[in-house]
Amino acid sequence: MQIEKFSYDNRPVKWFAYATMFWAIIGFTAGLWAAIALYFPQINLNWGPTTFGRMRPVHTNAVIFAFVGNGIFMGVYYSLQRLVKARMYSDLLSKIHFWGWQLIIVFGALTLWMGYTTGKEYAELEWPLDIAITLIWVVFGINMFGTIIKRRESHLYVAIWFYIATWITVAMLHIVNSMELPISFMKSYSWYAGVQDALVQWWYGHNAVAFFLTTPYLGLMYYFLPKAANRPIYSYRLSIIHFWALIFIYIWAGPHHLLYSALPDWVQSLGVVFSVMLIAPSWGGMINGLFTLRGAWDRVREDAVLKFMVVAITAYGMATFEGPLLSLKSVNAISHFTDWTIAHVHVGALGWNGFLTFAVLYWLIPRMWRTELYSKPLANAHFWLGTLGIVFYAVPMYWSGFAQSLNWKTFTEAGTLQYSFLDTVNMVIPMYKLRSIGGLLYLIGAIIMVYNLVKTIKSGVFLAEEETEAPALVKHEKHVGEHWHRIIERKPIQMLVLSSVLVAIGGIIEMIPTFLVKTNVPTISAVKPYSPLELHGRDIYIAEGCYTCHSQMVRPFRDEVKRYGEYSKAGEFVYDHPFQWGSKRTGPDLARIGGKYNHAWHFNHMYEPTSTSPGSIMPRYPWLYTQGIDIMRTPKMIRAMQTFNIPYEPGYANRANADLEKQAKEIAVELMKDKGIQQIVDMEGIKSLEYSKIVALVAYMQRIGTDIKNMPEKERPEH
Amino acid sequence: MKFINYLKNIDDVTWYPIITFVLFGLFFLLVLIWVIGARKTYIDQAKKIPLND
Repeated sequence: MQIEKFSYDNRPVKWFAYATMFWAIIGFTAGLWAAIALYFPQINLNWGPTTFGRMRPVHTNAVIFAFVGNGIFMGVYYSLQRLVKARMYSDLLSKIHFWGWQLIIVFGALTLWMGYTTGKEYAELEWPLDIAITLIWVVFGINMFGTIIKRRESHLYVAIWFYIATWITVAMLHIVNSMELPISFMKSYSWYAGVQDALVQWWYGHNAVAFFLTTPYLGLMYYFLPKAANRPIYSYRLSIIHFWALIFIYIWAGPHHLLYSALPDWVQSLGVVFSVMLIAPSWGGMINGLFTLRGAWDRVREDAVLKFMVVAITAYGMATFEGPLLSLKSVNAISHFTDWTIAHVHVGALGWNGFLTFAVLYWLIPRMWRTELYSKPLANAHFWLGTLGIVFYAVPMYWSGFAQSLNWKTFTEAGTLQYSFLDTVNMVIPMYKLRSIGGLLYLIGAIIMVYNLVKTIKSGVFLAEEETEAPALVKHEKHVGEHWHRIIERKPIQMLVLSSVLVAIGGIIEMIPTFLVKTNVPTISAVKPYSPLELHGRDIYIAEGCYTCHSQMVRPFRDEVKRYGEYSKAGEFVYDHPFQWGSKRTGPDLARIGGKYNHAWHFNHMYEPTSTSPGSIMPRYPWLYTQGIDIMRTPKMIRAMQTFNIPYEPGYANRANADLEKQAKEIAVELMKDKGIQQIVDMEGIKSLEYSKIVALVAYMQRIGTDIKNMPEKERPEH
Repeated sequence: MKFINYLKNIDDVTWYPIITFVLFGLFFLLVLIWVIGARKTYIDQAKKIPLND
């Protein structure tokens, strides 16, 4: 047998390790900022980029795609080379992958701060960045598959299956959910509308959790846990079942984000059933992880790496127990739109992703720098601060979630709602304060880790080329009686095809009927396309991230109908590109806000929320008063809508601005009747009120949900 | 205008969930049969891969 000498390339591992540490601090700080904004809204500094609606997407994108994303690549570039006994396929592609991903993150953060967003959660980046993500993902894929193909180990270890499934599924999710029609360099509209857009978005959103935050990290667990514990995984058989069952089932679960919404019941039920089934493979994986430590638990007391891993795997178990629970319609009726969801995702993000990343960093860096960890006491301090941080984060959010839901649903004996929405907000403020303490502890822990690892790096010498040797791969001869799975397993491309077929099945079966429905939905006759000014207002609503705090989906519950008005119907959203149903109610639902207050109320509310709603935690939006809308863009907006078959008259694009100006003037005239508003206009030096962003936003707000509201009750649709 | 009315317009939509479960059931069974029947030598060899680098 010929022994070949070669070396592992540790450079990309080093770059991604630096990046994951850097973005951890940025992402956690943005999260803390957003958390503080919920009880101290003045932290927005009266400036758009630092306002919650923009900071929250910066936080989620930074944590998911920057911190965890770089964590995935760090782990994959280290483990893949060693699992297949080959150097990465191309040093150049590794470099392009690294720098390309960092550029996307930087531009992503900048553009989100500037208010460029698609308005779809965790897919907020605009179309040029979507294309960049696709290209860099392909670079990563070529590099990964190139490495697998030139391997010296015949079997693909289970971690690699998880990497392959991650790659293909993320590609599919990203491409399908990012179908959008660009109208300018940084503005596009989702190709899908309303119900369909919601389904595609949450198929994406849920599976971004599944295939970006879970499967690649399971791959890392299956490699780094045996390494750290110095013993093989508890059951390799279980890992095989874990893998196939998990990827098959996960893809179906998306609709549990839309329970009691206007999505077809049938799709909701399918989402629930598969979500409940998910507990089996998820817990199979958790048990496999924890049982790997059998006989090594004494080391958990001493070894910081193992400590972090144990909490990470336990958090994975807790989050994947809670996920199916939250998917049950009866539980979801309580949890949805509340802070319970926030608690749930943070058990996963802080516990599972955060702690596993920290464990891998603590394990990798001393090895790659050929030294010992600078300080074990500091690593232990980080562990305890992080753990306490998770507890201080999650417990108040669970409390707050329950409190919100119960308070929203409480009626007096006379049959009226016990609390105004604002009462229910102010009741949970202490929980928001406690939560930010949890976030602060977690951030301090991460800063201590960075210090500890920087000191470690300084005390060692980086080994860029790790010399090694392995026998060349002997071409496998097929023999009778060979097992089919071994054939798949030896051939990465077959593995890729089988994984993609499995993950595609769920999406196709769920989406095809829902898309066919579109052609069958008798449009509600009263639902008309938005006016040009309302379209501008809607763009502002999206850009400011209003959906991060306000839903536009009244569920058919007694309290919601009482509080907001008639529950939402599927046919109401056929012109919504993108849908804006939201996922969290920090503020009240807005599906029936149109016509509830007069124009002046909205004007004053956005200028100084506490003037109309004492005790409100909504930030001020003073820039909407001094910035104008770009009416040159109106024809393009109308043409885009016409491309989606929205029934504007032919040639309307060129006449649209006349209608816009008429409607804007009417609103401006109405507003100027109010003396308080006249003072604000003078004080802010607003020259042409009718072209200001606030007037467009008021036009949109006054339109939302009114089509049905204005219909005679007998003619209103049932569903 | 219940959604079920629109879904009824799709031919045999009730087969969708049934197909789903049959597909998953068959696939799961296949994986299970293989896992149970896999040779111990292969399993032992595969699980040691991370420790051999």
